[in-house]
This record gives sequence, structure tokens and C-alpha cells, in this order.
Amino acid sequence: MIPTDTALISSDEAILSVEGVGVRFGTRTVLDEVSFTIRPGEFTGLIGSNGAGKTTLLRVILGLQPATGTVLIGGRPRRGRDRLVGYVPQKIALDPDIPLRARDVVGLGLDGHRLGVPLPTRRRRALVAEALDAVDATRFADARIGNLSGGEQQRVLIAHALISRPRLLLLDEPLANLDVRSEHAVVDLLSRIARDRRIGVLLSAHDMNPLLDAMDRVVYIADGHAASGPTDEVVQSDVLSRLYGHHVDVIRLHDRILVSVGRVDRPDEPSEHGPIVVP
Amino acid sequence: MFSTFYINTWYAATMVAFVAGTIGFFAVIRGSAFPAHALPQGAFAGAAGASLIGVNTILGLGVFALLGAIGIGVLGDRERHDVATALTFVLMLGLGAFFLSLTTEYAPEIYSLLFGEILGVAHSELLPIALIGVVCLAAITILYRPMLHSSFSPELAEVNGTSRRRIDLAFLIILGLVTTMTVPVVGALLMFSLTIAPAATARQFTARPALALALSILIALATVWTAIAISYETNYPIGFFVGAIGTTSYTLVKTVKGAYRRYASGRHVMTAAPAATT
Amino acid sequence: MTGFWQGVVEPGFFSSAPVHSAVAVGAIVAVVSGMTGVFTVIRGHSFAGEALGDIGSTGGSASYLLGINPLIGFLGLSVLGAGLMSATGARTRKARDVETGIVVGGALGLAALFLYLDTTRTSTTGAPVTILFGSIFTVPSSTLPIVAVLGGVTLTILLALYRMLLLTSLNPGLAAARGTSVRLVAVAYLALLAVAVSLSAITIGTILSTALLIGPPATALRLTDSPGRATVLAAVIGVASTWLGILLAYDSDYWPRQHGWPASFLIVTIIVAGYLLARVFGRDIRQPAFG
Repeated sequence: MIPTDTALISSDEAILSVEGVGVRFGTRTVLDEVSFTIRPGEFTGLIGSNGAGKTTLLRVILGLQPATGTVLIGGRPRRGRDRLVGYVPQKIALDPDIPLRARDVVGLGLDGHRLGVPLPTRRRRALVAEALDAVDATRFADARIGNLSGGEQQRVLIAHALISRPRLLLLDEPLANLDVRSEHAVVDLLSRIARDRRIGVLLSAHDMNPLLDAMDRVVYIADGHAASGPTDEVVQSDVLSRLYGHHVDVIRLHDRILVSVGRVDRPDEPSEHGPIVVP
Repeated sequence: MFSTFYINTWYAATMVAFVAGTIGFFAVIRGSAFPAHALPQGAFAGAAGASLIGVNTILGLGVFALLGAIGIGVLGDRERHDVATALTFVLMLGLGAFFLSLTTEYAPEIYSLLFGEILGVAHSELLPIALIGVVCLAAITILYRPMLHSSFSPELAEVNGTSRRRIDLAFLIILGLVTTMTVPVVGALLMFSLTIAPAATARQFTARPALALALSILIALATVWTAIAISYETNYPIGFFVGAIGTTSYTLVKTVKGAYRRYASGRHVMTAAPAATT
Repeated sequence: MTGFWQGVVEPGFFSSAPVHSAVAVGAIVAVVSGMTGVFTVIRGHSFAGEALGDIGSTGGSASYLLGINPLIGFLGLSVLGAGLMSATGARTRKARDVETGIVVGGALGLAALFLYLDTTRTSTTGAPVTILFGSIFTVPSSTLPIVAVLGGVTLTILLALYRMLLLTSLNPGLAAARGTSVRLVAVAYLALLAVAVSLSAITIGTILSTALLIGPPATALRLTDSPGRATVLAAVIGVASTWLGILLAYDSDYWPRQHGWPASFLIVTIIVAGYLLARVFGRDIRQPAFG
């Protein structure tokens, strides 16, 4: 049986509860009966290859994508703008000349939804400074957002999400396009944020290895289905084989995990050209 | 040039520059140069139609500007509006061609509506222009934060509760209103230059949004005042000077900035801010 | 049956010389615009396409002043404009459009000046309107050979660049990896666009130029997944709309009010109606690349 942990946690403890979520585009089923929960302070990886449905799932949780099933945030269904959820998208194509400093972007995360002009109160400035400090972005707080590197922009966007004090933080492929050192830095940062602020962090990735040390649980998506639970329970050959619908080998090499998916047209044979390795 | 004869133009131009500089700040962040260019020309078609049936041309401008704004907003896709803008634009101009074909007379007013003319503003038009200007400024002030948020990242703003569609439509409608008040002064063909160029130039100087907005208004005022002054002296159309000043000042600032950047990075080993992203 | 046919096609249509020119020129221009326009829409260059028409118009008005063939002025300045737009190096579509706006602003300012100088010298007050709106029925048949040649050259270059254009438009990363200079293709494309737009603007006016460049391709892209099929479909839709518009414009002289409707208005309306129909009944678009 594919392990899920919904049975173990009562829904008022979980900050995010996804149950039976399904999404169809026309005749194509992208997600089917996806269920898992996230508790405050948990660092969860949403793992799957490109096109597996990770972004779709995140959009469902954000309320941007209609779906069947239930999504409960803090025990209640999502309604319009949910203060409890913060979101960091994968990449924002930025015009380098845009007249906004990192500081201003973070400020918009605080009150960008309110009408009128932002008043430069001491309180507002303090909140922005605190959010920037939490992501170690203070030294480039006054730089033009378009001039920052990818990693720096990402930290600003994390601060933008954090400033409204969410209890759940969703990140779409934050590690894509980052070099190894920045990868570690971001994972450490998010892990710290999850622990220190008791925020449930859910981030999607196609490679789970950079997350292995920090991840408490994993939600593994393949072929529209999901398996969730502690990493060691989910990332096993039998579990993933059932998920993919054909034979999958999980290879543990030193401290890395390699998932080897057999050739798709001959599911039960190892392929002659070598397996498709999903790191 | 400050005689009662021309004073109307100064009043109108000041109001127009103020509002154009303000909406231009957002237009440039959103990259909405095409709607800013297309709406005035489409509105011009409406003015042609209005003069045909003997209605106030500003009304014709306004109706077509609003129709155009709604057309672009409704037809526009989530990500991009350029096809919607192009098609709305050609449709309105096509209607304009139709209106012009219904009359064999060629109203001299048409020329001033296209290129702007120093005497193009009648005293009776000052009040409507002022009112529209006040409405535009009020709308922009009220919508400032959500519009800035949505212009920066529509997706993030949507997650935070700001409807992308509604902000798009609001922006376009305000742009349409600005068009209505600007075209009689600066002309349909160059109104967009007053909207885009000052804001594009202003943001070269600063990354602080409030400052960029203020600078945008100041540059727009300087542009339009200079254009009127020189137009008065030389009799050449205002539109020419607005376009010329806008383009040359932007090009100048960008070139100097680019040269300075190359010079500065040549002198120092490490710059404070890292290189631009892709 | 003959009665119906007589109602649709008014007498003298097939023997009228202006109609022949209009039909021939219109077809060539529609094909060139439609095929070039598919890439314009995919690459998000609609503003550039329209702007090049305006920039070219400035060249056209300068030509009147300098007494040279307007086609030369048009082509010259629009290619120059394309060069300026390529030189800016803006990477996002928004930044590109702002830069295009700056270039067009300067060009239109110059146009204002040229037209002013022109009217004070020659008092042709109808000039700005003609340049803006143009008319397909006033194309002299002597221009047909030039139009055909230019159109043929443009199409040949377009077809030669086709694969590279497709790759760089849809997957620039892959194109760069394969050694194609994405930037060079982009510059070549803008120059080609300048020529195509000049060709259409000077014969049928800037409105129709933009309409044929954007409308039929956008419609075609809503009806088919394949860019290749879209290119052909765009040309077909463009030609069909143009010919139908010409027919109706000719017929309109015989309609009750007897003042004749301008072809540009009719053709544009047909094109936009076609697009709207494709929007309603066409495929559901997920990728933002297609308009």
C-alpha cells in the first residue's frame, strides 16, 4: 500500500491537507487522487521529473488551478487571498530597468494588495528590514531588483513571501538554475526558516539529492499519482514501482539516491540502452 | 507666448504632462508601449467620426479610447496583449477610414488632432480636460499599490489577492482617459511619446519607485513646456518637439549611463552590485 | 444561380483595371505579410511590425520633400529603424516594446515635421491622412512588377531562414547550443520584417499592413498546432480576406447609399471577424507564445 500519512495526523494539526486532488486538462489526467499533509515546521520536498505535475499541484494549493478533491489550509478550505500561504515562483522574467529596489519588492509583499499609497511608517520599514535580514539580503536591499543575480532575486522573493507571516511556504523549483553552493545556501535558509518560524515549507524539485539532509518528508509524484511520507519509506523500489506503474530501481550510492526508471515501452525489462536515471 | 491667446495651451499642457507622466510610470513598468501608441490613434478615428456627426471631438476621442481600452483588455491573453492591441487598433483605424470616407470635407481640426497644435485647445475644453485629469490621478492613487504589485509580478499579486484581469482593465481604461485629455494638446501620433519617454528616462536615474514617478512627471512637464515654447517660436508642430525631446533625452541618458558603466567597471575590480541577470 | 451571382459581383468587376491591380498586389502582399507575420506573432513582435510601418511612413514623407521615390525612403528608414531596434539589446518583450516605442516616437516626430514642411510648400493637406490610411484601389499598375519582385525576394529569404527562425523562436536555448547565432537571426528577421512591412504599407496603407501582418497569422495559430501549416493557412486567410474585401468595396459603390465603402475598412473588419471566430471555435491555447 502506498504510504500516506493522512491517517496519522488529525487535520487541525496539519497546516496543509491535500485530499483526493485530481486535475484533468481535456482528456489528459495530470493529477489523480493526490493526498498528503504538511505540519508546521516540516520541510517537505515535492519530487518528480519535469512534467510530472508538480507545478500544477502547487497551483492547485494556491487556488490558481481548479481541481477535484479538497485542499485545507490551516484546517479551512481556501478562500480568495489566504494570508497563511506564501509563494515563491520559479522565475520572474524581469526587465532590468524596472524602478523597484529589493526593499520595495518586499514591501509589496506586505501590503501590495491594499489600496492607496504605501506610507513610510517606522513599523513598515522595520518589518521590511526584518524580512530582508531573515534571508540575508540586507546588503543589497537598496539595489535595483533587476540588477541582482538569480540567487539574490530568489532570496528577495522569499522575503517577499515571508513578510506577511505565512504558516505555509510554497516554492516552485527554487533550485533550478542555481550553482551547487547557492543550492546549499537556499536549502539551509529554508530549513532554518521552517524550524525557527514553525512554517511548513513545501518545495518542488526534480532532483531530491540536495534536499536529503534537510527534508523531513517527501511527496513523490509520478504519472499523476503521489506517494508521501518520510524519505526512507517512500523512496523504495517497491513503492516507486507501484507509483510509476512499472519497474523502478532505487539505488543508494554513498549519500546519494538514484532512481532508475526502466524503459517505458518495456516496463519489466531493464533496457539495452541503459535505464533512464532520475537523480 | 503667455498671452491669453496661448495661456490655455499652457494650462492644458501642464495638466496633461502631470497625468501622462504618472500613468507613464506604470505603462513603462508594464511594457505597455504598444497600447499607449495604439489607443490615441484609435481614439483619433473616433474624433473623426464625432466631427462627422457634429459632436464634440473630445467625446468622440473618449468613446473610442474607452472602447479600445476595453477591446484590448478583453481580447488580451493572460500573458500578452500585443495581438489584441494590434487587432483592436486596426479595427478602430478601419472605422476611422470609413468615417473619413463619408465626408469629402477635410476638417483642419484633423491635423491638430494628429500632430498637436499650439492653438489646438479651446477654452471650453479646459474644464473637461481638468476633470478627466483629476479622475485619472485619483484612480491611480487609489490603485497605486495593487497596480504596482501586479505590474511587477501579476502572478504574485494574484496570489496575494489582486486580480490580474481587473488591474489590466483598470490600467487600460485609465490610459484611455489620459489619451482623451492629451490628444487635443499633443496630438494623437505623439501623445504616447509623452507617456513612455519621460518615464523610461526617469527610471534610468533611480530605482526608488516614488522618486521615479516624481521624476517622470517632471521630465514630462519639461518636455511639454519646451515643446510649446519652441513651437511658438518656430511654428513647427508641438508633436515634433515632444517626440524629438523624448527620444533624444532617453537615448542620451542611456548612452551616458552605458558608457559610465563600462568606464566604472574598467576602473574597479569588483562592483557592488552583481552583473545583470538573464 | 446567375441571379445570385449577379447580386454578389457587381457589373464590371472582372474587367476593371484598378480591380486587377488591387487583386494582384493585394494577393502578393497578403501572402508575404501572412507568412512573415506568423513569426511576428510567435516572437511577440507585433508592436515592432506596426512600428516599422510608422517609421517607414516617416521615410515616405521625407521622400516627398526630397523628391525621391517614396519606396526608397520607406524602405531605407524602416530598415534603419529595424537596425536601431536590434541594437538596443533589450531582452524581455516589455523592455523591447519600450525601446521600440522610443524609436517610433522619434520617427513620428520627424514625420510630423516633414509633413508640416510638405504642406506649407505644396499644400497637400490630405497627405497625413493618405499616409495613415492609404488605399488599395489607387495602386498604379506600374508598381506591380516591383511589388512582385520585392515580394518574391522577401519570401525566398524567409523560406531560406525558415528552419532557423522556427528554432530560435520556439527554443532559443537549443538553437544556441547547436551553434546558430540567435542574435544574427533576430537581426535578419527584423530587417526582413522591415521590408515586408514597407512593401505592404506603401501599396495598401499602414492599417492594412498591420492588419495583414498580425490578423491572419494570429487566426491561423488558433486553428492549428503546426507552425508550418499556420504559415500556409495565414497566407490563405490573408488572400481570401483581401479579395473578399476588394469585392465588397467594389460592390459598395452600387449599394443603396451609393458612396462606396473603403476597402481598408472592409478588409480589416473581415480579418478581425475571422480572428474572433477562431478565438471562439479554435483550439484552447495553453502556451503564451501564440496570440
